[in-house]
Amino acid sequence: MSSQAAEALSSTGSSPAPHPELSQLADQAVQRALALGATDAEAVVIQSEEFHVNVRLGQVEQLTESGSRALGLRVFFAVDPHDGSAGCRTASTSTSDLSPHGLSRIIESAVQLARVTGPDPFAGLPEREEFGSHDAASLALYFDDVAAVPAAERINIARRAEAAAMASDPRIQNSSGADFSANTVWRSMINSRGFSAAYRSSYCGISVTPIAQDAGGSMQRDYWYSSARAARLLQSPEEVGHIAAQRALRRLGARRVTTQRCPVVFAPEMARSLMSNLLGAANGDAIYRKSSIFTGRLGEQVAGENITMIDDGTLVLDHGLDGSGRLRAGGFGTSPFDGDGLPTRRSVIVERGILRSLMLNTYSARKLSMQSTAKASRGLAGTPGIGGGNYFLQPGEVTPEEIIAGVPSGLYVLQTMGHGVNLVTGDYSVGASGLWIENGELAFPVEQITIAGNLKEIFCNIAAIGNDLEFRGAGAVPTLRVEGLTVAGS
Amino acid sequence: MATDSLAEAADHKRYFLTHLGLTERLMERCLGEALSAGGEFADLYFEAVLSTSLSMDEGILKTAAQGISVGCGIRVLSGERTGFAYTDDLSPERLLHAARVAALIANGPQTQRVQGLCEVPSPSLYPIAGVTADAEIADKLQLIERANQAARSFDPRITQVRVSFNDELRRILIAASDGTYASDTQPLARLNVAVIAKDSAAAGNTTSGSSGGGGRVALEFFTGLHGPEHFAREAARTAILQLDAVPAPAGEMPVVLGPGWPGVLLHEAVGHGLEADFNRKKTSAFAGLIGQRVAAPGVTVVDNGRIPGRRGSLNVDDEGNPTQETVLIEDGILRGYLSDKLSARLMKIPNTGSGRRESYQAIPMPRMTNTYMLNGQDDPAEILRSVKRGLYAVNFGGGQVDITNGKFVFSASEAYLIEDGVVTAPVKGATLIGNGPEALQYVSMVGNDLALDEGIGTCGKAGQSVPVGVGMPTVRLDRMTVGGTSH
Repeated sequence: MSSQAAEALSSTGSSPAPHPELSQLADQAVQRALALGATDAEAVVIQSEEFHVNVRLGQVEQLTESGSRALGLRVFFAVDPHDGSAGCRTASTSTSDLSPHGLSRIIESAVQLARVTGPDPFAGLPEREEFGSHDAASLALYFDDVAAVPAAERINIARRAEAAAMASDPRIQNSSGADFSANTVWRSMINSRGFSAAYRSSYCGISVTPIAQDAGGSMQRDYWYSSARAARLLQSPEEVGHIAAQRALRRLGARRVTTQRCPVVFAPEMARSLMSNLLGAANGDAIYRKSSIFTGRLGEQVAGENITMIDDGTLVLDHGLDGSGRLRAGGFGTSPFDGDGLPTRRSVIVERGILRSLMLNTYSARKLSMQSTAKASRGLAGTPGIGGGNYFLQPGEVTPEEIIAGVPSGLYVLQTMGHGVNLVTGDYSVGASGLWIENGELAFPVEQITIAGNLKEIFCNIAAIGNDLEFRGAGAVPTLRVEGLTVAGS
Repeated sequence: MATDSLAEAADHKRYFLTHLGLTERLMERCLGEALSAGGEFADLYFEAVLSTSLSMDEGILKTAAQGISVGCGIRVLSGERTGFAYTDDLSPERLLHAARVAALIANGPQTQRVQGLCEVPSPSLYPIAGVTADAEIADKLQLIERANQAARSFDPRITQVRVSFNDELRRILIAASDGTYASDTQPLARLNVAVIAKDSAAAGNTTSGSSGGGGRVALEFFTGLHGPEHFAREAARTAILQLDAVPAPAGEMPVVLGPGWPGVLLHEAVGHGLEADFNRKKTSAFAGLIGQRVAAPGVTVVDNGRIPGRRGSLNVDDEGNPTQETVLIEDGILRGYLSDKLSARLMKIPNTGSGRRESYQAIPMPRMTNTYMLNGQDDPAEILRSVKRGLYAVNFGGGQVDITNGKFVFSASEAYLIEDGVVTAPVKGATLIGNGPEALQYVSMVGNDLALDEGIGTCGKAGQSVPVGVGMPTVRLDRMTVGGTSH
């Protein structure tokens, strides 16, 4: 769907607002900021309902049920062109106190704060013709069944998942517990340039963290999870529990390996974390500050020819036939509009290794004399940052088993630890654990090792890409085999 | 002094009673409602936070933001079970409703009565007046501008400078069914400088550096030793240094950690593993090791929430208990855990005043405050001279631990090679990895130069972030795995 003029949207677009009074508050905040002299203003209101239960060893340990509301405001003051500079001063405020007094307070402080900021020629809301929102209903972001599951059933889901993990093997006698959470969020955004849109979204998830213990008393924990927009799309609690148990069990008896260079196979969860750095390097903020390994590389080869990476804020996944027809659900990174009020879109960031597009919000796009790619992320407070929608790497042809079978001696990474990634230099060094591959077979578990290299080389040294692309979260990357990394151990 | 602190304690509470219209009668009603289904304990946690963030980028003050968060979290304990609900609307109806939701964790008739609220005032570890939240914005802007200038003038190769000043004023009031009635006003401020440096050569390296600090301090803190120029020069110096860094070594070797922030080692290697919740559930690699040797003789590690002005310090924890100094490891022997009300009761151990929470929307759990190793006897220069080939790491980014198998990492951001007892080339960032119950047994020398970090730490656990401090003297570890690329 292409972008539309903002005015058309409020009538044709988004699903009916379940909380019209909150949209009115947002509108009031914008109007009052304008009345205090702001040349532009924008307000976001979020109302969320949260349910969370933690079950451990069959008993409920924690149960949380609550709702919250909050409003965020941005104000802009265009600088008088006669005083020789161009641009706007801008400030933002947010509050959970939506009383008339609470609102007055943040509107006034936004106006005061803006006075102390410096005029920035690139600051300001997008142009009127850029605004737009997809039809929220067609993105399938909200499912009634998430809020409808009764509390007793929610507790039972967590209990079943943990019980399945505990029943998997006699070496599992303890657990960090199982969690079930359900959230619904309603979000509305209004600005002084005619944009007004709102949407609801739902989310639910199960996770289980069993602890396996060997005869010597050494413990290992691992976890597994399933999350979905609709309760009926969750994996069965038993399946989640069983996988979690297998993951913990296969770590028992882990040892260290000697320091060496060897092929490293990244399981999908780890591959996703590794390749999210490719989007981080394409982040417009880092590019305009010349602080990314991709600075000045647009249109150039930054990765191997086998690498095509896409970020899609409009992704809707088809889950096949359901009792009432085809079941489609929006991805976890899907939304009708971005944090600046632009319609989200699909962007090919890297195509066959060539950097084709950047992750841009309105501000970074202006700094680079480019067009926004609608990747603005907006919380309540502060100016919009840059965040992806749903990102994924184009899958390859080989199965993960074939990738492992092709490694004479190397590491299959199942967990990484730490924050040792530097997107300015590309230096990459993280703690790791996983399974050692010997003659193409998974031989024994390993831990307390590190893997290190440089992202610039890693992106070019991906020797194999699996066919196992699966969206378990907002991002999805299949199994990868990377050459040239150093594994440090004993 | 005693009268002063009494006056201060009363003042903390007054905000909630006068500005937010709460009454002790209403609190007692809510606690009664919370216990109505048979819970053994209930508490109310009122919180009001005002936070301000200013940031300069490319020489322009681009960001000015302010946030207000007000709410109440209501918790009910029943055996090992916790029922929890929160509300951002402090009207009697919404508070009573939240109390009823939390109450449902128990199911039965009421068994416990609400004790009369009893206030125990404590002396304040941080300023009440002159905190940055009350300071003029112009004064904060001046600090930011000074840092910006100092970083830019440090070296022509500094190409980008970002300076931010963040502060908050957090007011809390806790009322519990056991009679606990405590309140506090907690200031927190941090100045941060982040720079990018680029080699003059056309295809030269680009590197980054950052530095920052602060604490529960008044604005004057930043006009003394911890002035903006200090942080700016540190950030710029680190970035310039990295332009010539060589690849970090890979493999096991002796590591010397410098004083101060490298104490993040203790936070990851032992601190988290000693939090009582993990030990109650026997999910920590340290479970059952009390009284056993977990570090070399001479290694003593404490968690101390009572150091004036420190980022991790608190007058009272988020359950209303006074914080304290807790010995975790004494001369190498594991002595104790960090506990909150729930774990102290279930494990029958002392409450160390370590119950902390990110906000009124989160359930408290045992957390660290300021965690550090005490001084030893060794001269830091002598420690470096003792190493034939190894790594000298003086500054770190973050760390992480798997408390069940004890494996932890922390990432060096400023480190050097040691060759024949001499500190030589700076190396690129590298992650260090070790095993918690074992790592401190490799400590062979402990310096006499204990320092605490400059006030930058934030600890994450189960999705909740809280400010903390760390510290240590210069320490030599005979074995640690360094995750570089040079092999």
